[in-house]
Amino acid sequence: MTTKLFGEPIARREDARLIVGKGRYLDDIGHGALGVAFVRSPHANARILDIDVSAAVEVAGVHAIYSYEDLDGAMAQPLPVLIPHPSLTAPRTGYPLANGSVSHVGEPIVMVVADDRYLAEDAAERIVVDYEFRTPVVGVEAAERADSAVHEDIPDNVAARLVQEFGDVDAALLQAPHTVSFTQTIERSASMPLEGKGVHARWDAVDESLRVYTSTQTSTSVRAAIATKLDLSLDRVEVIAPDVGGGFGVKIVHPWPEELLIPWAAIRLGREVKWAEDRREHFVSSAHERGQLQRITAGYDDEGRLLALDAHILHDHGAYTPYGIVVPIITSTQLLGPYRLANYRCQVDSVYTNTVIVTPYRGAGRPQGCFAMERTMDRVADDLGLDRAAVREINLIRADEFPWDNHLIFQDGRPLIYDSGDYPSMLDKLRDLVGWEGFEARRSAAAADGRWLGIGMALYVEGTGVGPYEGGHVQVLPSGKVLVSTGLTSQGQGHETAFAQIVAEELGVPIEDIEVHTGDTRRFAYAVGTFASRAAVMSGNAVALAARAVREKALRIAAEVLEVDAADLDIVDGVVGVRGDPGAVLPLSSVAVLSNPLRYAFDEASRAATQFARFASDDQPPVADDDEPGLEGRDYYSPVRSTFASGAHAVIVEVDPGTCAVTIEKYAVVHDCGRLINPRIVEGQIHGGVAQGVGGALYEVMAYDETGQLQNASFMDFLMPYVSEVPQRIDIGHQETPSPLNPLGIKGAGEAGVIPGSAAIAAALEDALGIRITSMPLGPSQIYDLIRAAQDGTAEMTLNSARRSQEEST
Amino acid sequence: MKPPAFGYAAPRSVEEALAVLADLGHDGKVLAGGQSLIPLLSMRLTAPHTLVDINRIPGLADVTVAEDGSVIVGALVRHAELLAHAQAFEALPLLRRATSNVAHATVRNRGTTCGSVAHADPSGEMTAILAITGGSVQIAAAGRRTRDVGAREFFLGPLESCLGPGELAVSVRFGAPAPRSGSAFLELARRQGDYAMCGVAVTVTLDDSAEVTTVRAAYLSVGPVPDVHDLTAPVAGQRYSTADWRAAGELAASLVEPEGDLHASADYRRRLVSVLTERALPLAAADAVARTQVAA
Ligand SMILES: Cc1cc2nc3c(=O)[nH]c(=O)nc-3n(C[C@H](O)[C@H](O)[C@H](O)COP(=O)(O)OP(=O)(O)OC[C@H]3O[C@@H](n4cnc5c(N)ncnc54)[C@H](O)[C@@H]3O)c2cc1C
Repeated sequence: MTTKLFGEPIARREDARLIVGKGRYLDDIGHGALGVAFVRSPHANARILDIDVSAAVEVAGVHAIYSYEDLDGAMAQPLPVLIPHPSLTAPRTGYPLANGSVSHVGEPIVMVVADDRYLAEDAAERIVVDYEFRTPVVGVEAAERADSAVHEDIPDNVAARLVQEFGDVDAALLQAPHTVSFTQTIERSASMPLEGKGVHARWDAVDESLRVYTSTQTSTSVRAAIATKLDLSLDRVEVIAPDVGGGFGVKIVHPWPEELLIPWAAIRLGREVKWAEDRREHFVSSAHERGQLQRITAGYDDEGRLLALDAHILHDHGAYTPYGIVVPIITSTQLLGPYRLANYRCQVDSVYTNTVIVTPYRGAGRPQGCFAMERTMDRVADDLGLDRAAVREINLIRADEFPWDNHLIFQDGRPLIYDSGDYPSMLDKLRDLVGWEGFEARRSAAAADGRWLGIGMALYVEGTGVGPYEGGHVQVLPSGKVLVSTGLTSQGQGHETAFAQIVAEELGVPIEDIEVHTGDTRRFAYAVGTFASRAAVMSGNAVALAARAVREKALRIAAEVLEVDAADLDIVDGVVGVRGDPGAVLPLSSVAVLSNPLRYAFDEASRAATQFARFASDDQPPVADDDEPGLEGRDYYSPVRSTFASGAHAVIVEVDPGTCAVTIEKYAVVHDCGRLINPRIVEGQIHGGVAQGVGGALYEVMAYDETGQLQNASFMDFLMPYVSEVPQRIDIGHQETPSPLNPLGIKGAGEAGVIPGSAAIAAALEDALGIRITSMPLGPSQIYDLIRAAQDGTAEMTLNSARRSQEEST
Repeated sequence: MKPPAFGYAAPRSVEEALAVLADLGHDGKVLAGGQSLIPLLSMRLTAPHTLVDINRIPGLADVTVAEDGSVIVGALVRHAELLAHAQAFEALPLLRRATSNVAHATVRNRGTTCGSVAHADPSGEMTAILAITGGSVQIAAAGRRTRDVGAREFFLGPLESCLGPGELAVSVRFGAPAPRSGSAFLELARRQGDYAMCGVAVTVTLDDSAEVTTVRAAYLSVGPVPDVHDLTAPVAGQRYSTADWRAAGELAASLVEPEGDLHASADYRRRLVSVLTERALPLAAADAVARTQVAA
């Protein structure tokens, strides 16, 4: 019997290899390659007057020094705007190497190629660039004031003004029995994968072909970009994502300047060339996300029913918009969460600042949307003196109301329609899991001991599995080995395990026989990429469909050989057998041999299989018109629209009244991503997401000073949580509402864990301190400032804290 | 983040090391565990001409408890070794209490205690411990007798010690605790293992009737060098179990001049000085009672 695999918490098959150091990351490739270093702008906003490389060319071992003037053809054009949008009225991108001006610290200006990276850095240090300074724009409020401009021809600094709207917000706000208005901010952070970006390129002059390894989330699209920009035929370019040490969004942006420059230099120099980004480069020349200022007005009735929501958001887009306005679109749509709302308007002004570009980081605008909506719920509850969970409950979409149409357009250009879910039961589970009901008593008891406890919750809905498509290929070799391939890439998600589980179950083969390959354009040329919690939904369904095709063919061939009806056949443990007839069996490996009429018997297995071969009829070709040799299948999955996962987090924090240090006492998660392929992998995704959520809520800031210098561009001062800062235990409850949109009924799980972190922790801190929290993240030094401000009356207290002190005094 | 080219010497004895260092003068730089020096090289914040790697010198890796109870730590003793050293802990518990807060296991496995002191980072735990224990550094140079320099004279400023060109710190000596004294160490870092936003090492000495005679404290990350402050006045003569530790904490806060940075404002640091002191002192007093069997 094949053991059931879909839905089982089996251990990840890739981990042993990665943990013992057998991974093959970008910098493990090409030890003989020339090394590269870049001269990057030390200024946030400047014109380049002169570049003097004379001292650098003297350095022994230098092969080439390139600046914008050396770029030719399409390489001299601006980098592409990947995802245009009608609201993105003033898009702007940089060049592979700066063309006359720089708009953020870290922008590449000169590329040095030398025997190795050490020498390249020696030479880069000797290059002198002359600048004419311009006033840098740092922070969204400075951008909005527009006293100075990031790009001279965009004087208002507005890249895009996106309005999402339904109902009549103004009228509804006027009529609403209660309204609240507030402003809040959320800081920048970044994907910060442990492995930075990196590119290795090798040009074969005889074959006239280029092989590029890049630490990317999309090898197929990098391939197309390179072919276009370097004027090569697509078939001359292959791009491979080796093991990738994390992506979290930053590696879906493409082509990065280096992804073009490294192959370009490899061709010009006829040498292998490699660049592996270092941490400092990653901080100032990759991408950040999150930074927003939100001005919110909400109208609601006496019971806390939300009647209207008006959000005006300033979104910090950094210096350029290569990835379009995906993050603002997601914020403005996913802000709605699991709630019913009749009147909504969200205007996002996406503004330029002289800082690193802003592109999706795990969550991709959802944490901000969730922060807006969930903090609104907390305000409503506080204003009315209602339980925060009860206010959420009364606003939830009910389980019998799916599909739920939000009347907006989502990031995939398709209607924002929630396909399935059960939000009320999710909330019930969460209350149980965290101990919501008994908490007031716990709080008072702790307060009597001088300990400050607080609880908070946040709910979200996450659109996952955006199209347009992903493909899968499944092939059974005559050896019995099953090759599975899909074009999207892996950055640690456990695809080797999850996709194998799907194929093992669909095909009826032992998982040990399955080998999964991803992100290699030699194996699969059509793909979109791994982002937006889409890999399991998209490629998971695609490999399932491909496996079904293989199964069908295998049964057809076996039915002929065994002279039975295909409907009576089943595949168990890699062997085709007749149901109820243990004698009539044919291993899949033999079927694979039989599937190819060219049967050179190179080995015993093939020889054995040929005994089953029947002579084809003299009137028929060996391969029938509608058939192909080989036991393989290829199929694509293309969804009509995204599928919507959901979840709810609750957290209990303790604040030390003396040191203001925050500890997370309990963290509870209820999670619904439809049918689970592997609960263990999903839990791992949640753990990682919660860790990043905690990072965003309590630790991570991009400390730009007013001149646009990033003051904490190292792991010493940019505080990603260590394992010691992440809750040691995360209580997870699963809920499964299958998606009706795809064959496997699954929804994405990749980003979920990070989305509600800042909202839930802000709520818990507010509850613990009794002081209004309007800005995240908060470290102990900021909490100390808040407490002192509350003492001298300059910080706003929650109404609830006043109610509590009243209760105590009566 | 790759260092520029540098020369490398790996002497096999202290004499050879001193000769090489003397030869190189300003061009030489001692390499011990490399946990502070290598990052500085990689970030090109320093570019010494030649590294003098002392890791192959025998005889520098010993921890010795002297008869007077002081603990002498050789130049190649790693933080991890000192942390695990039972006699050192028994003689001077403050050592382990502080060392366990130095970075993480991987850094402690390589970084040396002596190197930490030589590096003279006022955020480093061992600088404060050297100061509060009245310790000293044994400094050798070619053609000269080894000199013994007390903490006060050793630390000149942030990342600045009195070690000159050609000099090697062969060991550091942490002074023995006073009779009837106890100690405690507390710090708060943004993340566990980070350099502290503020840390405090305290000693409390009691008399035979468990009344406070002396209170001293040294701080991390609140000044250019690890000053030792006398906090006795507000609690002198008070019984250890009911002493006004809060007043001592407040006194401490009034004595320090912290600076703010990205992670902690100056005001917040001052607050931590007061809170951590107030919390550490009763622990130290209890330690004094437990260790020395003063009549409690
Ligand atoms: C991630 C990380 C976190 C850290 N966190 C902390 C922390 O929380 N607290 C803390 O205190 N430290 C911390 N450190 C620093 C660590 O303690 C270092 O080990 C220590 O500062 C230096 O010791 P070392 O042996 O590595 O010295 P090296 O890096 O080899 O040298 C440091 C300096 O001291 C000089 N030097 C070293 N030994 C001698 C000697 N015998 N004679 C003369 N000069 C000498 C060197 O020339 C150099 O200038 C951290 C380091 C890292 C990488």
